[in-house]
Amino acid sequence: MSFEVFLDHRVGERRVGLGFASDAPLTALVGPSGAGKTTVLHCIAGLRRPDRGRIAVAGIPLFDSAAGIDLAPEKRRGGYVFQDARLFPHLRVDANLRYGERLAAPDKRWIGHDEVVEFLGIGHLLDRWPTTLSGGETRRVAIGRALLSAPRFLLLDEPFASLDPARAEALMELVERIRDQLEIPILLVSHDRHEVERLASRVVTMT
Amino acid sequence: MIWLTPDEWAIVSLSLKVSGVAVLATLPVAYGLAWLLARRRFPGRIVLDALVHLPLVVPPVVTGWLLLILFGRSGPVGNWLEAQFGLTLVFRWTGAALAAAVMALPLMVRAMRLSIEAVDRKLVEAARSLGAGPWRAFWTITLPLSVPGIAAGAMLGFARSLGEFGATITFASNIAGETRTLPLAIYSGLQLPGAEAQVARLSIISIVLSIAALIVSELLVRRSGGSRAHVL
Repeated sequence: MSFEVFLDHRVGERRVGLGFASDAPLTALVGPSGAGKTTVLHCIAGLRRPDRGRIAVAGIPLFDSAAGIDLAPEKRRGGYVFQDARLFPHLRVDANLRYGERLAAPDKRWIGHDEVVEFLGIGHLLDRWPTTLSGGETRRVAIGRALLSAPRFLLLDEPFASLDPARAEALMELVERIRDQLEIPILLVSHDRHEVERLASRVVTMT
Repeated sequence: MIWLTPDEWAIVSLSLKVSGVAVLATLPVAYGLAWLLARRRFPGRIVLDALVHLPLVVPPVVTGWLLLILFGRSGPVGNWLEAQFGLTLVFRWTGAALAAAVMALPLMVRAMRLSIEAVDRKLVEAARSLGAGPWRAFWTITLPLSVPGIAAGAMLGFARSLGEFGATITFASNIAGETRTLPLAIYSGLQLPGAEAQVARLSIISIVLSIAALIVSELLVRRSGGSRAHVL
């Protein structure tokens, strides 16, 4: 199984409940806004603790309320591309990219710095500050930063939203290449049916 | 250009030493308190907040009196410091530094707390997801991004320390060459007949130093925090 997610989480008045197990290389999580898609990603990444449930990725349990398992985010090794990118504003693009790379154990790395830069076409941005980047550039750097942290799995939250069609197309091809060549489980949150049909072989719907 | 007399130099350098030591020693404590108040919810947080702000609102002479009770020779802390380290605070410049530090603490904590609250927690989450433990996330994200507040707090605290009078004279007394900082020297001058010129000179020095400290803090903050950050 790439993703096994069974969780129950209350956020204020709202209740987020979800259960699925997926064997697909890329699983899409869809649903109306406010359904709690981002909350689910946060729970998988370890940034929110569900009230109850069990989360495992590629067979390794990350959270299990019954068994008392709750790995810290830094131990889960998930590459999380946030909807709002969250580049570090006090570090240049290159230092942003290297932030997770430096923390990853050398034997766990499966992609090199030069390769990521080439792959994402961000070589000309390395000396820039994050605030000077366009939306598409920001997102590519965020993806690169996540890949370089040697993640065991990827969480992509609306990675193509608010991009112009050409840039969205290029990024989609990139995700396809990651899915097919790098073979790490990907969980994609999207509200675009075409994106989902094209990329995902398993769709989980939240209500 | 007005040249300072040796006596005035002695007073100014004592003031700078007392304020500098007070700020440097308080810096980590103030940052720790600021971080606790900005980032943690715990029982007694309001009480801690109130305690930190106490020197800002009670009469300085009361703060000095409390210091005397705690850090005086027969006070619990003062007694212990003297027995353990042979450190005496009352009637010494170190005592003046302690009084200045306590009085500067609330201003320093306030400036630092604001800048820590301004650091987006989402960036800390991003650092954690990239493999950084809580400590590394603090050192690489929260701390560098709150540097403007640290600089602002330090310079505000320094300016406040330079002007400290009430708690100092109560706790450390007014001893020439030991605890007689600028404000105390001005006060002493006012007690003497015919010292008007000396009082005026010391007052001008005091004003110049304070303005310089504020301007330096403003420049530091602008340089590190962009156009939106301000001390003044």
